[in-house]
Amino acid sequence: MKHLMKGLVASAALAGVLAVGQAAAEEPVRGGTLVTVLGSNVRNLNSAVQSGIVTGFPGAQLFASPLRYDEDWTPQPYLAETWEVSEDGLSVTLNLVQNAKFHDGTPITSEDVAFSVEVIKANHPFKSMFAPVESVETPDEHTAILKLSKPHPALMLAMSGQLMSILPKHIYGDVPIEEVKTHPRNNEGTVGSGPFKLVEYKSGEHVILERFDDFFIDGRPYLDRIVMRIITDPAARAIAYENGELHMGAFESLPRIINRLKGVDGLTVTPEGYGAIGPLDWLAMNTQKGPLADVRVRQAIAYAVDKNFIQNALMQGTAADSRTGIHPDSPFYNANVPTYDLDLDKANALLDEAGFPMQDGKRFDLTIDFGWPGVKPQVEYVKAALKKVGIEVEVRASADFPTWAKRMGEMDFDMSWDTVFNWGDPVIGVHRTYDSTNIGKGVWSNTQGYSNARVDELMAMAAVESDPEKRKELYAEFQEIIATELPVYHTNTLPYHTVYSDKVGNPPLGIWGTSTPIDMTYLKE
Amino acid sequence: MNVLRTFLVRAGYAVVLLTAVLVLNFSLMHLAPGDVADTISQSMGGADQELLDQIRADYGLDQPFLVQLGRYVGGVLQADLGFSFFYNEPVTKLILERLPATLLLVFSAQILALIVGVVLGVISAQKPNGIASYLVTFTALFGYSAPVFWTGILLLIAFSLQIPIFPVAGMRDVTVDGNFWVEAADIARHLVLPMITLASVFLALYSRLARASMMEVLGSDYVRTAKAKGLSPREVVYKHALKNAVSPVITLAGLQFSAVISGAVLVEAVFSWPGLGTLAFQSIIARDTPTILGILFFSALVVIVGNLLTDLALRLVDPRVGGRK
Repeated sequence: MKHLMKGLVASAALAGVLAVGQAAAEEPVRGGTLVTVLGSNVRNLNSAVQSGIVTGFPGAQLFASPLRYDEDWTPQPYLAETWEVSEDGLSVTLNLVQNAKFHDGTPITSEDVAFSVEVIKANHPFKSMFAPVESVETPDEHTAILKLSKPHPALMLAMSGQLMSILPKHIYGDVPIEEVKTHPRNNEGTVGSGPFKLVEYKSGEHVILERFDDFFIDGRPYLDRIVMRIITDPAARAIAYENGELHMGAFESLPRIINRLKGVDGLTVTPEGYGAIGPLDWLAMNTQKGPLADVRVRQAIAYAVDKNFIQNALMQGTAADSRTGIHPDSPFYNANVPTYDLDLDKANALLDEAGFPMQDGKRFDLTIDFGWPGVKPQVEYVKAALKKVGIEVEVRASADFPTWAKRMGEMDFDMSWDTVFNWGDPVIGVHRTYDSTNIGKGVWSNTQGYSNARVDELMAMAAVESDPEKRKELYAEFQEIIATELPVYHTNTLPYHTVYSDKVGNPPLGIWGTSTPIDMTYLKE
Repeated sequence: MNVLRTFLVRAGYAVVLLTAVLVLNFSLMHLAPGDVADTISQSMGGADQELLDQIRADYGLDQPFLVQLGRYVGGVLQADLGFSFFYNEPVTKLILERLPATLLLVFSAQILALIVGVVLGVISAQKPNGIASYLVTFTALFGYSAPVFWTGILLLIAFSLQIPIFPVAGMRDVTVDGNFWVEAADIARHLVLPMITLASVFLALYSRLARASMMEVLGSDYVRTAKAKGLSPREVVYKHALKNAVSPVITLAGLQFSAVISGAVLVEAVFSWPGLGTLAFQSIIARDTPTILGILFFSALVVIVGNLLTDLALRLVDPRVGGRK
């Protein structure tokens, strides 16, 4: 019995380590070149200074982070063998793997961890990740202690995926900290800590990575090489999956292409692997302007806009329902919030009640913006849907993204279609949209001008709450208020899908998708 | 002497043109709301105001317009096209990396369109109401009317998916490793579809013009004389008529050079051809002013050089051009 228990525990532990992606029924094979794809040019391969999904894939292969996550959102050891959060939540100790080396053979030490935190704090756009980190102590080569000004549970997710890349101090420390973002060795001669090292980055063509033989996990990675081709046209990518030129690709989001590839033999198309990045589509409403300042008007709009139509007709069934600012795959998601099924009578009643009576079939005018061509159908649909309740909508196209971003940042809009990412913990990607101290501070801030003291309070409490269950409760109430007051009407997830061929074993379908090391992915023979 | 003078006058025009291209485009780019800081923040999934301000300060975007313009033009005068905000690389390096791919595509498509266009035009001119002539006209008009991205995707579906003989995208297969000839063959394989796509548009123009001018020439006195001398129809067409018929086509090809380059933007986007077109497209979307201006500068240069080459070619086929006595 005792023996059996031990075996069970051991196999459970092993399964936990192996199971990022699918339960590995077959034995992984060493060797081979995985040909995969990036949908746009990479600005910077150094994920410590550049965020975003395109940098995330090569970045997480080149640079290791202290932790990684399993499918159940539980942290797992990676560069940190073990870790410990102090009782008061004010210090986090990382015990680094002893034999870890950078790609040039130098050992990875706690000095490098301290340096990387400094670089990320100075250069990375997500300031909330490490803002509470006051200093990093390095009592010995393999121990780094992060000292915090307040408890910061969001740190755990911020230490995984592409968010905390460990850089070699002896390479990137030769310039002032703020200048690491333009360091000549970001895209050329890069020295990383991850499972793969850089062979070549050719702008507009490809990123080629090669197995790092001295990687700190024995026997990994399984692949010899990864070729990331840069193909910007989605239709050309689709043909390349179909004719076998590409083994795998992520972030495909066109419903028509997703559905077509689903019918191709030998390909699997799945929405798994986007929980942590958490991309959400929504209808943003400027709560400081005209009729939209009235919560009843915003609710009426939600009743008049049919989510089902957006999810099933416009997105052709590829997008999942989302009801709050937190992605449905997140453990903090609360589905039990007010919803707004299509109901024109209710919408009309609410608009009457708010003091906007129907006169000659019309109540008032609004504008709607959009920042990129892909969401034009949604915007045109909103126009048509709101006409039925007497709201005359003018669609304002923007010449390009910066034009739209400027309008949003300055809150010069009534409504807009928008896509925003969670980026791991709600503290990083969710708070920014609802925090009343973050109103109108550039694109993807609180551009709705939303302000609610209780929401601010709930976010502040959740940010420092160490008990996961209590945090969940705080976020549950937060989501209920958001779904009632509707600074944004959440309609659906952005239908990101990963495509992979039957030849690929263990594709990266964990919470971070391709923004994690794919050291366990292999090519079947 | 004459040639030298022509060349100097041309070079003078080129400098004026290039300056106008730079100043006008710089001003136009500046008029649009928003800037590259916004697209950098987009590529990073959002940034706060502090970081946006820092990016603007880093790249001098917070300076007054005239200061920015002065700095830029000053830099260009010292042969410095500046630093790409978006790609963090010197613009000259970025462009020189991409230029060969575009030149290869543009010149090969242009040559293909010219040769095939002239051959088709000549064939159809001999029997203007024959079936072959209608076929040529139909094909030409089809190629001209169809948008290039559509032709491109169709060719991809046909020859990369249904009959997989050509690769889908890019310019080379990174797994191919060999000597110069192996790599050249690999590039040629990748070149076929984009080249045909780009050539299809201009093929129409050249074949129609070649047909018209061939018909005109075939009706002229000296051709009748040649026929009367008892020369075979073959000799009449290819030895006597062709040289005269082809010179308007070459003139048109020169004038079309800028159109071929702009056509290349779309073709490159469809086939992920790593040339200037893809770069231009991405830099415009990213509002990366130095890169856009650099590309316009180089495109203008290529057009000027292309026109000069056309002139030279004309001199070769038609001795009357160039004012030689």
